[in-house]
Amino acid sequence: MIWNAPATAELAREHGLSEQEYQRILADLGRNPNLTELGIFAALWSEHCSYKSSRAYFGRFPTGGPRVVQGPGENAGVVDLGRGWVCVFKMESHNHPSFIEPYQGAATGVGGILRDVFTMGARPVMLLDSLRFGALDAPRMRHLVDGVVRGIGDYGNCVGVPTVGGEVDFHPSYNGNILVNAMCVGVARADRIFYGRASGPGNRVVYLGSKTGRDGIHGATMASDVFDETASAKRPTVQVGDPFTEKLLIECCLELMDSGVVVGIQDMGAAGLTSSAFEMAARAGCGLTLDLSQVPAREKGMTPYELMLSESQERMLLVATPANVAPVLEACRRWGLDAVEIGTVIPEPEVVATFAGQPAFRLPVAPLVDDAPRYERPWTPPVPAAAVTLPPLHDRDWAADLRALLGSPVFATSRPIWEQYDHSVGASTVVGPGADAALQLVPGTSIGLAATTDCNALACSLDPFNGAAQAVAEAVRNLACVGAEPVGVTDCLNFGSPENPAVMGQFVAAVDGLAEACRAFEVPVVSGNVSFYNETSGNGILPTPTVGMVGVVPEVRHHPRARWLVGDAVYLLGPVEGEVGGSRFLQIALGLEAGPVPPVEYAAERRVGAAVRDLVRLGLAAAKDLSDGGLAVAAVEMSGGAVGCKLTLPRGVSPVRALFGEWRGAFLLASPAAFEPALERACEGLPLARLGVAGGVKMTVTLGGRNLIEEPIAALSALREGSLTWLSGV
Amino acid sequence: MNRPGTGDRGPGTGNSGRRPETPAGGRKRVAVVIFPGSNCDRDALAAVEAAGGEAVPVWHQSADLAGCGAVVLPGGFSYGDYLRAGAMAAHSPVMAAVRRHAAGGGAVLGICNGFQMLLEIGLLPGAMLMNRTLRFICRDVHLRVERDDLPLLKHLRRGHVLRLPIAHKEGNWFAAPDVVRQVEAAGAVALRYCNERGEIGGEANPNGAINAVAGLVNREGNVLGMMPHPERRISALLGGSDGAALIRALVEAA
Repeated sequence: MIWNAPATAELAREHGLSEQEYQRILADLGRNPNLTELGIFAALWSEHCSYKSSRAYFGRFPTGGPRVVQGPGENAGVVDLGRGWVCVFKMESHNHPSFIEPYQGAATGVGGILRDVFTMGARPVMLLDSLRFGALDAPRMRHLVDGVVRGIGDYGNCVGVPTVGGEVDFHPSYNGNILVNAMCVGVARADRIFYGRASGPGNRVVYLGSKTGRDGIHGATMASDVFDETASAKRPTVQVGDPFTEKLLIECCLELMDSGVVVGIQDMGAAGLTSSAFEMAARAGCGLTLDLSQVPAREKGMTPYELMLSESQERMLLVATPANVAPVLEACRRWGLDAVEIGTVIPEPEVVATFAGQPAFRLPVAPLVDDAPRYERPWTPPVPAAAVTLPPLHDRDWAADLRALLGSPVFATSRPIWEQYDHSVGASTVVGPGADAALQLVPGTSIGLAATTDCNALACSLDPFNGAAQAVAEAVRNLACVGAEPVGVTDCLNFGSPENPAVMGQFVAAVDGLAEACRAFEVPVVSGNVSFYNETSGNGILPTPTVGMVGVVPEVRHHPRARWLVGDAVYLLGPVEGEVGGSRFLQIALGLEAGPVPPVEYAAERRVGAAVRDLVRLGLAAAKDLSDGGLAVAAVEMSGGAVGCKLTLPRGVSPVRALFGEWRGAFLLASPAAFEPALERACEGLPLARLGVAGGVKMTVTLGGRNLIEEPIAALSALREGSLTWLSGV
Repeated sequence: MNRPGTGDRGPGTGNSGRRPETPAGGRKRVAVVIFPGSNCDRDALAAVEAAGGEAVPVWHQSADLAGCGAVVLPGGFSYGDYLRAGAMAAHSPVMAAVRRHAAGGGAVLGICNGFQMLLEIGLLPGAMLMNRTLRFICRDVHLRVERDDLPLLKHLRRGHVLRLPIAHKEGNWFAAPDVVRQVEAAGAVALRYCNERGEIGGEANPNGAINAVAGLVNREGNVLGMMPHPERRISALLGGSDGAALIRALVEAA
C-alpha cells in the first residue's frame, strides 16, 4: 500500500475507525484523505489518544484549588508545594503492550511517564507502579510478572530516578489483561514550568532524540482494542526502550529549558510525531509545517505514513525562535542526541507536511484534537453488591484465617519486586517501598514530598462508586502514615470495553465516586489517564480506577516509622469494628467475593487523619492504617516480623469485624510510654482505644479473656515470604 | 542543578595548568567526574559539599581534573552499560587524567559504576560478573571494615560493621585464584559483605562476590573502589550516616 494512495471505507475499518467516523472524516475534509491522513485520523481518534468514550465525564472531577498551578489538559498536572517549589506528576497505563511483551512494554511505560513530567521542566524524583496480575499459575503469568518487574527496574535504574512505591495485586480477572500503571513525580521551581504549546508563528520546530524506526506503528490503535487469541501477533506494535538515551534527553531538555531557549516542548508518546505535532498546535491555536524528509530515520525508505505513526521511544518535539535553533542544536550535539529542524509554526490552524519536495498531507488541527469524536455511550448503572448470608462467624480458628490471608499472594511481601528497583538513588528517600506511602525530600530542602498509589479493585467490582471513593480515602490514609497532607491526585482508570453498557456503567460510577471523595477531602484531580478495552475474548478485568496521590510535609523533622518497638503502647484510633463486605477475609478465608462496600465517612476520616499526620510529623507515634486484612494484618506488618504484641480488644466487639473488618478509616498507633500522654491529648475527642503493648515473640489478641490469636510473630511474617521469592532469582 | 554541558566547561577546567590546590576559602577541592549516564553524580557532589569540601563537576571529555586533590567516579550507567559496565567509560578522555592523578598518589574513590571503571582501567584487580541472582539488587547491606590504616579509611575502625545501600546488577567481584591470593596477601580488601554481627558468608553476601569483597584498595592505598553507596547515607533522616566518614576522609585527602 502506497502512503499517498486514496483511503477507502475498507481501509478505514482496518484502522479501527467506524463507518460513521469515516463519514465524518470525509465531511470534515470535504475530500477523500490519503492513506497517511487516514492513519493520522485513526491514531488521534483512537480511544487511547482521544478519550472519546470518557472525555464527557471528566468535568465531574474537582480540578481547582489554591495549590493548583496546572490542571488536566497538559502533559502532567502541577501543584504548589510552597517555598517556591512545585511538583509535577501523572500516572499512565501501559497495559496492552506489557501483556504482549512484558519487559519492553513495562520499560517503555516508565519511559513515557518520565517524559510527560520532564517535558514540563521538572526533574523526575520518584517513580511508583501500580501492577495487577492474574493468578500466578495462569499461563504465561510468571513470565509476565518477571518481565514487567525487570522492565520497570532496568529502565528506572538506568535513568537514575528512584522507584519508591506502588502496589501489586493478583486476581484471575487479569489473566488475559495485566495492568501496568506507572506514576512519575517531578519537582521544579514554580517559575520554571514549560508547556506543550507550538506558539509564535515563524518559530521553528525541532525534532530531538532517538531516530524514528518502524517500531510501535499503530501502538495507540492496538491499545484501543480488545485482545483475542492472536494477541501475540501484535508484538511488532510494541516499542523498544533505550533508557540511556532517555537519561541524555532528560539532562539535555532540562539544560535547554534552564537556558531559556524553549518556547514549547512535548514528548512523542502514543501516536508519536502525529500527536505531538497536532496537540502542540492545538494548545497554541496555531499550525505547523513539517518537512518529513528531515526526520532522522533509523532505516532507509521510511514513508510519511511510517514517520508520522511510529512510536519509537525517547523522542521530543521542541519549538524555539529562529535565533535559538542553533543553540538548541549545539546542546543536543554535546549530549550526543540527534536534533534537526523539521518545520515552522504558522498562524493557520493546520498541519502541512511535505516529503521529498512534494505535498504529503494537509490537515486541519481542530477536527483531530479538540473536535475529535466524543461519545456518551449507553451505560447501565451498576447494582452495588448486597449483604450476603455468611456462615456463623463467632467461633472460628482465627489464627488459621490469619495464616490463610498471609499465605495468599495478595499479602505476599513485595520485597522481591522492589529490591530490583533502585529506590535510594538521588539520596533523598526518607521512606522507600514497602511502606504505606513513599516520602522524599525535595532535593536540597526539608520539604517532604509523599506519594502513594491505591485501588482495591475487588471493592470496585462489588460497588464501583464506593470502591472508587474508598481508593481515594485509602490514599489519604496512607499519606497520613508518613505525616503528609494530600495536595493532588492523578488517576489511571482501567476498565473493559466501553462499548459494553455494564462496563461503561462501572466507569461512570467510579468517576462519580472518585469525584465525590476528592471533593470531600479537598484534593484536586490534576492529571489522569483512561485505559479501556482491557478485555480478552469477552472477559473484562475488575474495574480498576487507580488513584495516585501526592502529599506534602512542610518540614520533615522526624523519620516516620511504620513498625513498633519493644515496649511501645499500641493504640487503635478510629472505629474498633469494620465491615466484612468486600473484605480480604471473605475473599480468601471464605472464598467469597461478595458483600456491600460501605461509603467513606468523610468527616470522621478527616479528623482522624489530621491527628495521625500531626503525631507522625512530631515523631510521637508509628502509624499504620487498617486496610486489606484489617487489624490482624496491620499488626503483623507493624511487628516487622520480629516484635510481637499483646493486644486486648474492647469487650463486646464482634471478633471478625474487629480482627478482619475493613473500610473504617482506622489506624494502629505505637508510642513509647513517654509519649503516651501527648498521643492521648492529640486524639482527644476521637475514638481511641489502648489495646496493649508491643513485645515478646508472639502476637496475642484476646477478647473477653479468651485468646483469639496466639501465634509466633516470626512464623506469621514468614508466611508472607512464600509467594514471590522466585522473582528474586534465588 | 544541571550538569555541565560543554566538554571543558565547569569550574577550573581548561587545558592549561592546574588550579591552586586550596583556593580562597580554603576548602579542599574534590572532582566528581560526570559521564553522560552517571546518575549518582549529584548525590556525590552534595555529599562532598556536606563534608566540607568544594565539589567540582568534571565532564568526562575533560583532559584534566581541574586541579582537584581527590576524585570521585560516581555510580550510574556511564554509557548505558549495554556493553560491560564501565567498559566504555574506561576509554573516556578524563580517564587518562584519573590515571595520572592516581599514579601521583592522589586519592580516587570509585563508587558502584565507578568501581567497575577502576577494574576496567586496571587500577584495581579483578572484574565484575552479574550478581549471582542475575537480578538488580537494591537493599541495605552490612559491611565489615578490613582496613583503617589508610587516609581514605582513617575514620573507620577495623572490625566495625557499616550499613550502606547497594544498587547494582554487576557487583559480583571475580578474579583468578592467584589474583585472589595476591589481593588477600596484600590486604587489598577494604570492605566485606557481612551480617549485622560482622560474620562473613551465606545470605550476608548479596551478589556472590569472591571472599565477600565489597571494596578494594590498591597497593599504595590511594585508590578505593566499592560497590555500596556511601554518598546516599550521610544523614539520619535518609536512613543513616555511615557513609559520611568515608566522604569526609576523601575530602581530607584532597
